[in-house]
Amino acid sequence: MANKNTRKITPTQKEYQDLAKRIEPKRPVFKNCLRAFLVGGSICLFGQVLQEMFMHYFHFDQSKAGNPTVACLIFISVVLTSFGVYDKFAQWAGAGSAVPVTGFANSMASAAIEYRSEGLVLGTGSNMFKLAGSVIVFGTFSAFVVGLIYLIFGIDAG
Amino acid sequence: MAGHRTWVFENRPVIVGTATVVGPEEGNGPLANDFDIIHGDKMLGQKSWEKAEHMLLEEAVKLALENAGITKEQVNYYVGGDLLNQITSSSLTARTLSVPYIGVFGACSTSMESLALAAFLVNAGGAKHVLSATSSHNSTAEKQFRYPTEYGSQKPPTAQYTVTGAGAAVVASSGNGPVITSATIGRVVDMGITDPFNMGAAMAPAAVDTIQAHLRDLNRQPSDYDMIVTGDLATVGYQIALELFRKHNVPIEDTHYDDCGLMVYDLKKQPVQAGGSGCACSATVTYGHLLKRMARGELNRLLVVATGALLSPLTYQQGESIPCIAHAVCIENGGTGA
Amino acid sequence: MTYVWAFVVGGLICVVGQILLDVCKMTPGAAMSTLVVCGAILDGLKLYEPLIEFAGAGATVPITSFGNALVHGALAELQRDGWIGIVTGIFEVTSAGISSAIIFSFLAALFVKPKG
Repeated sequence: MANKNTRKITPTQKEYQDLAKRIEPKRPVFKNCLRAFLVGGSICLFGQVLQEMFMHYFHFDQSKAGNPTVACLIFISVVLTSFGVYDKFAQWAGAGSAVPVTGFANSMASAAIEYRSEGLVLGTGSNMFKLAGSVIVFGTFSAFVVGLIYLIFGIDAG
Repeated sequence: MAGHRTWVFENRPVIVGTATVVGPEEGNGPLANDFDIIHGDKMLGQKSWEKAEHMLLEEAVKLALENAGITKEQVNYYVGGDLLNQITSSSLTARTLSVPYIGVFGACSTSMESLALAAFLVNAGGAKHVLSATSSHNSTAEKQFRYPTEYGSQKPPTAQYTVTGAGAAVVASSGNGPVITSATIGRVVDMGITDPFNMGAAMAPAAVDTIQAHLRDLNRQPSDYDMIVTGDLATVGYQIALELFRKHNVPIEDTHYDDCGLMVYDLKKQPVQAGGSGCACSATVTYGHLLKRMARGELNRLLVVATGALLSPLTYQQGESIPCIAHAVCIENGGTGA
Repeated sequence: MTYVWAFVVGGLICVVGQILLDVCKMTPGAAMSTLVVCGAILDGLKLYEPLIEFAGAGATVPITSFGNALVHGALAELQRDGWIGIVTGIFEVTSAGISSAIIFSFLAALFVKPKG
């Protein structure tokens, strides 16, 4: 009974699962999407404001201004995580707080803070990427695949 | 023994002392006045969540012994468990107690699993005093089973909130207090539910299975009980259980049927989604609230059915469904007989 | 005007994420990984850079831009150094995000305890 594909469900189990599905409170998808839109949009809007500020007052050019913007958002996210408010905010905002780079920072900061009790090396050090690791792994691998396709088919990367 | 899996305790083991210790959220719940100690700091001033949970259990055990009027040297056995890997909260508490220790794992059904075993030991003449205790902590459970506590993931409405607390009881061969008259040991029931954020749906069949077995073994009806309470089915599992009772023609409406996960929190005011869960859910509600009601004469025969989901983070990641179990203990008012 | 599009596009990408979570019942890690891969694929199709021109931070702030940046690094190095570039160039452009996340998270772990 180990593999999802080979496991057979008995009729009793199927009947029960249908009952459970019927009674299960449905996720408020529309409400969640609306909240995600509002919060995610606001965070991005704030990011745009930051970026313009870096371009005007600190003379970063268009292509490079993204870097300090991202660093700023990450800093703010880590601070909110440290104060213990990010998770409360995220319960309301859902993907609106998880999808922007703030979510990435929260996943790393929360893991780092949580595992501090196991020491800085084995705790914080080893576990910091517990949640963010898959994003980096899959991002890197897909970039490699895209690069490979460009290479094989001789596509112009310019 | 009666029927297939019910023990009848003819020597009437008595619960001579209990104690309940909880955290701040439980202290803000509807049963706050029934708990012995409420902590305002979820970390209890300790260096880690795990150390905090260990402290909760130590405090509950110490207070239970005091309330029972015995010293730790008089405890013949300590039967206990918790949710942590290798049930370390219980083992570390056993280290402090220095008494013979039987560690058990029943996930959230541990309270009644250990109480049943304690009653069996005392009833069989194998011990004069047996301590049964369990604990759980919201943050240790989140850290071990789900995500770091500060991680911003959105919990679905079916999710449950692990109770931060500990409950302990001393069972003795004689004395004043509620009497344990029977216990039914559960078997693992798995209806193929795979969602760890919907444990109520996973556990309900096990609860119904054990309750049916208990009633069948003793040839009783729900009307023979003043109250039947499940450990932590919470909103979703409770609704499903009612459906299952109806389907199996169990007249549960003839008694007062409730669930500890629904009683320990105010679901409207506290952000606990479907309700409470954890080993301490059934333990603190039973030892703190229900036994007090029994002492006041409001309940004469109570059946506590603690429910547990026996999954691990690994089994879930490997695509396994959630096997569940429920253990039932029948507790009766010491004043009146069975 | 970019402000409006930053809000709308950023919001819509988050709605896609929410759908992955609520309708496809993905775990947050799986949903974010999917979005990163989408960002990488869109950049491979030369669609992400125009989106950034159009929506500004609405495209650079969501995690999808991380996938975009990784592909950019790989492709830029591919142009410059040939085939080895698709391996050596990947982290060229993204170091701001990862470095700051590591540094700030480590500092947080040093000074803060979890609140539960």
